[in-house]
Amino acid sequence: MKARFVLRASTPWWRGPLLVGAAALLTILISAIMIRWAGGAPIPAVRYMFISPLQSRFGFTESLLSATPLVFTGAAVAIAFRAGYWNIGAEGQLLAGTIGATWVGLHAESLPRIVGVPLILLAGMLFGALWALTPALLRTRLGIDEVVTTLLLNPVALLIITGLLNGPWRNSESGFPDSDVIADSTKLWIVWPNTRVHFGLALGVVVIGLCWWFVGKMSGGLKLRAVGLAPNAARIAGLPVERTLLITALASGGIAGLGGASEIAGVAHQLTTGISNNFGYTGVIVATLAALSFVGALLVALMFGVITVGSFSASRALEIPSQIGQLVQAVLLITVVCALVIQKYRVVWTIKRSEGRK
Amino acid sequence: MNSVEGVVIASRGGAPSIYLRNITKAYGETIALSDVSLDLRAGEVHALLGENGAGKTTLMKILYGLSQPDSGQIEADGVALKIESPRDARAAGIGMVTQHFSLVKNMTVIENIALASAKTFAIDLARVRAEIVSASTRFGLDVPPDAIVSSLPISLQQRVEILKALMSGCSYLILDEPTAVLGPNDIDSLLEVIRRLRSDAGIGIVLISHKMAEIEKVADRVSVLRRGQVVSSSLANGITSKELVTLMVGEQQSGAEQRQRSASPSQSQSPILVLESVGVTREAGGLSDVSFAVRPGEILGIAGVSGNGQTELVNVLSGTTQIDSGTIVVEGRQLGSNTPQSLMRAGVGILGEDRHASAVHALQVVENLILDCVEKFAGKLQLRRKEMLSHCESAITQFEIKANPKQAFGTLSGGNMQKVLLARLFSRNPKVAIISQPTRGLDVMATNYVRSLIAQASKQSTAVVLVSEDLDEILELADRVAVMYRGSVVGIVDHSEASRESIGELMAGIAK
Amino acid sequence: MIDVTEEIISSSLRIATPLALAALGELVTEKSGVLNLGVEGIMYGSAFVGIATAAQTGSLTAGLVAALVSGALAGLIFAFATVTLGVNQHVAGLGLTLLMISLCNTANRIIFTADGGQVRVDPWQPLNFGGPIFSQYWLTYATFLIAVPFVWWLLWKSGLGLKIRAVGENPEAADVAGIGVAKTRYTAIIIGSLFMALGGAFITLAFVGTFTVNIINGRGWVALALVIFGRWTIGRLLIGAALFSLVNAGQLQLRLLPSFADVPFEILLALPFLAVIVGLAISGRNVPYPGAYLKPYKRL
Repeated sequence: MKARFVLRASTPWWRGPLLVGAAALLTILISAIMIRWAGGAPIPAVRYMFISPLQSRFGFTESLLSATPLVFTGAAVAIAFRAGYWNIGAEGQLLAGTIGATWVGLHAESLPRIVGVPLILLAGMLFGALWALTPALLRTRLGIDEVVTTLLLNPVALLIITGLLNGPWRNSESGFPDSDVIADSTKLWIVWPNTRVHFGLALGVVVIGLCWWFVGKMSGGLKLRAVGLAPNAARIAGLPVERTLLITALASGGIAGLGGASEIAGVAHQLTTGISNNFGYTGVIVATLAALSFVGALLVALMFGVITVGSFSASRALEIPSQIGQLVQAVLLITVVCALVIQKYRVVWTIKRSEGRK
Repeated sequence: MNSVEGVVIASRGGAPSIYLRNITKAYGETIALSDVSLDLRAGEVHALLGENGAGKTTLMKILYGLSQPDSGQIEADGVALKIESPRDARAAGIGMVTQHFSLVKNMTVIENIALASAKTFAIDLARVRAEIVSASTRFGLDVPPDAIVSSLPISLQQRVEILKALMSGCSYLILDEPTAVLGPNDIDSLLEVIRRLRSDAGIGIVLISHKMAEIEKVADRVSVLRRGQVVSSSLANGITSKELVTLMVGEQQSGAEQRQRSASPSQSQSPILVLESVGVTREAGGLSDVSFAVRPGEILGIAGVSGNGQTELVNVLSGTTQIDSGTIVVEGRQLGSNTPQSLMRAGVGILGEDRHASAVHALQVVENLILDCVEKFAGKLQLRRKEMLSHCESAITQFEIKANPKQAFGTLSGGNMQKVLLARLFSRNPKVAIISQPTRGLDVMATNYVRSLIAQASKQSTAVVLVSEDLDEILELADRVAVMYRGSVVGIVDHSEASRESIGELMAGIAK
Repeated sequence: MIDVTEEIISSSLRIATPLALAALGELVTEKSGVLNLGVEGIMYGSAFVGIATAAQTGSLTAGLVAALVSGALAGLIFAFATVTLGVNQHVAGLGLTLLMISLCNTANRIIFTADGGQVRVDPWQPLNFGGPIFSQYWLTYATFLIAVPFVWWLLWKSGLGLKIRAVGENPEAADVAGIGVAKTRYTAIIIGSLFMALGGAFITLAFVGTFTVNIINGRGWVALALVIFGRWTIGRLLIGAALFSLVNAGQLQLRLLPSFADVPFEILLALPFLAVIVGLAISGRNVPYPGAYLKPYKRL
């Protein structure tokens, strides 16, 4: 028996949802196997991971908190990919944003909060955009593939943070490689009283809205989409392809950096080497699963927030590793992406015959 | 169905006849072939004639296993063949030289020929080399075995392709428009090769073409395809060229109408677009010393065998290829550099040769329509969609486009795509319109409409540069015809003196 | 001074080993027209599977074999997604990397670190043929004396290599020549993955003898860059690997100098990455990408 994939002439509407559903089920099944292997009971674990965070106020608000950085990185990746700019450096750009934010946070003792907060956010955004600048210039000026350069800068950003924390920013009280706590004047407001949900989430939603509006409604967004979908056609129509890519790359870096600032100013309040839990890379998953739509990215980020919180509570309750949360996200990416492609094909099984003369 | 194991690879002359039976193939809603039957015989040149899009190439791709028919079958001496891939086809003794050669450009000739027989481990390139040398002498096809393919002229690349097919032991050889890319001398030597292969090696040859002259010279049998159907199949000496043309194009189109030209071609007016010694340096196929001028209201046709610099010229005028020498002057002002933006600002508009590459398939019709003037519809906070839509609606009415403004561009038919792009071009009111291959692959209705649009534009004193491989189109529309040969303009002929013969000589590089 | 030079060369060879292996694997893959961003994940996976198996069985050889199997499996998944289905190669590759990393981190937690421990094995020891330069792990010798000539032979002298290059440049032509495009790409991806897996296994089974989170730390990305820097030729690829490793070994020596005592060593660790980017900026212009790079092939 041999399988062959043949492109369908038309795809019935229900195949997409059906296959994505199948992909989700497959993901849950794979997670259940991992959980079983870890010595946990799969069914309660799956309930802990996907459902219980939504059943308590605490679980829900913690999910929102976990989703916040992913909202930024998801939007950052989505806008870059929409322009056909393969920015896989959101991780590094977010980290650069945390550096900028921490720097402001450590030096803004005497400012009023109304000045300090915009300042720290601005610093994060600037540093993120700056971190995206080199690959963007190399791409638009010299034609050097941005995938590799953005990827390479990710470990560099982490190394710089580690260096800073082992050097000038070492904690002045404990001596541990964590920075001092940032000035109160730069800490973000809590937007949901008695929880940890902070202004960063609201900002992320605003960013999503702005991206959606810009890409969908504004003239620059039309140019961006045209450049991303068919750069040569855009060039023939006289659109400034290189400039569009450069600006989009900087915007993408800026959004990721803003996400970094939101983590520092909103929840961590100090820089640590573990400040990013792979937020940048997860942003690629978020954007891809959302099919590069911004509202979709918001929803996927919220779902991932639930999974993150859920995997921690499952981990505590059932003594299984919390790393399973990220595993679920990666498996989900691969199964869903494959499902979305498979829906366009039908599988033809042929019984293999002798292959003619050799 | 039987497997191909029963097929005996033919020795010369004794190859089985091959029958294509009732082949039907549709791509989506377009029917490319409908119930086509054809038979091929060893030692015979079978010419397959038809216009672009008539289905010739599709039919041969099916025979060569590059495409699968929806119904119908292929038989050798009455035994059904299973041809699911080119490998199956070759096992059945069928070889093909495709229009865009199937050579890996940056490999050597030896490597390309070794590909077909490559085993997993060590390959004996020295042996392949020896085989190439002996096959070259046997078939009279000289090729330099150690050369990198991309460094060879097209005619030699074609020889490599033919040799490759012959060396795989084929007894039938399909040649898909082999002369389209060749100069006249090379055409003659190719026809000589075809004759020799038929008579000396007993190979059955399918010659796809739409050129009468070469069919008269070599074909034994001629079949004509029109719109996916065989409309005639007969011995070559039993049918005249005139009959063949009529069969090929159908009745209504055989005599092209002449455009009404204004009494006094605007000789008095000063030219609006002037190219002076424009050159583009390339290893192969650049431009050298291209000069011409176009006046308002004038249509300058650019003729030439494809691949003689027309594409490069259009790229220069669209700004996607930068010039290395010479000047471009629009309305008396010399362009600093020919970027798309500077050309558009100067009033030069473009219809590219490939409509698919000129638009963004996934965007809506309305969005594609305004892609070259996005800023015109930019509001403070958002694009003014209402204005865009009403602009699009009026374009749809004016240009008789069958489309919904919000439909994705990629879902349009070829003719409607072309109309959208023409609407985009003309709604800028360009002073100069560069129009390349405007009717390629369009049906008769759409073709006539597009041609009338071009004529109308010139009436409104737009200067038109019309690049086309369709000589009839150029003769019908152009006031003057510039002929390109090997990257240069070798002559400019007024329409009163332009004829198929005079232009043809220039295209072939004979006359000067 | 001579001691320092020898020391730098010696550690350069050590540092270059996994990079060269991974870059060779990526080279074979990309020559077939496929970009495998899973390289980082495949290295990560084989690094973990290698040491985990070695720790459980007590045999480094078993670890190496298991690492190769994990690489081949990961390559198979990637090939199915990109070649059979035609999934976007960037997404599939990055997805594979994230999958392997999270899978290994989870498994590491379950098997080894649940009670605060850490997996350890006695790694291979360098074989000393005299002097620091010729005191290297067997895999280092094997890489430069066997793997490099092998890949050169494979790509430019063997029939399979001819097929791989053909499907990478012009799959239509290869198809017409009767070469199975999908089969050839599968083969190239899996051979490539095996080399990447060797590189990953080297790190845990020879270099460090333990496994920590983030152990590959961007080496896969460096390998990607080396292929571009090398313009898809083995000679230039090795020059790139050598330059990266020299900078890396150099910064290790720099740390010992008193004047650099105050510079956090992580900043110096970032230097080799920046060197690669500078290298790309200088020599990465107008590089000859394989003709069918990133393009899935489907016959209509």
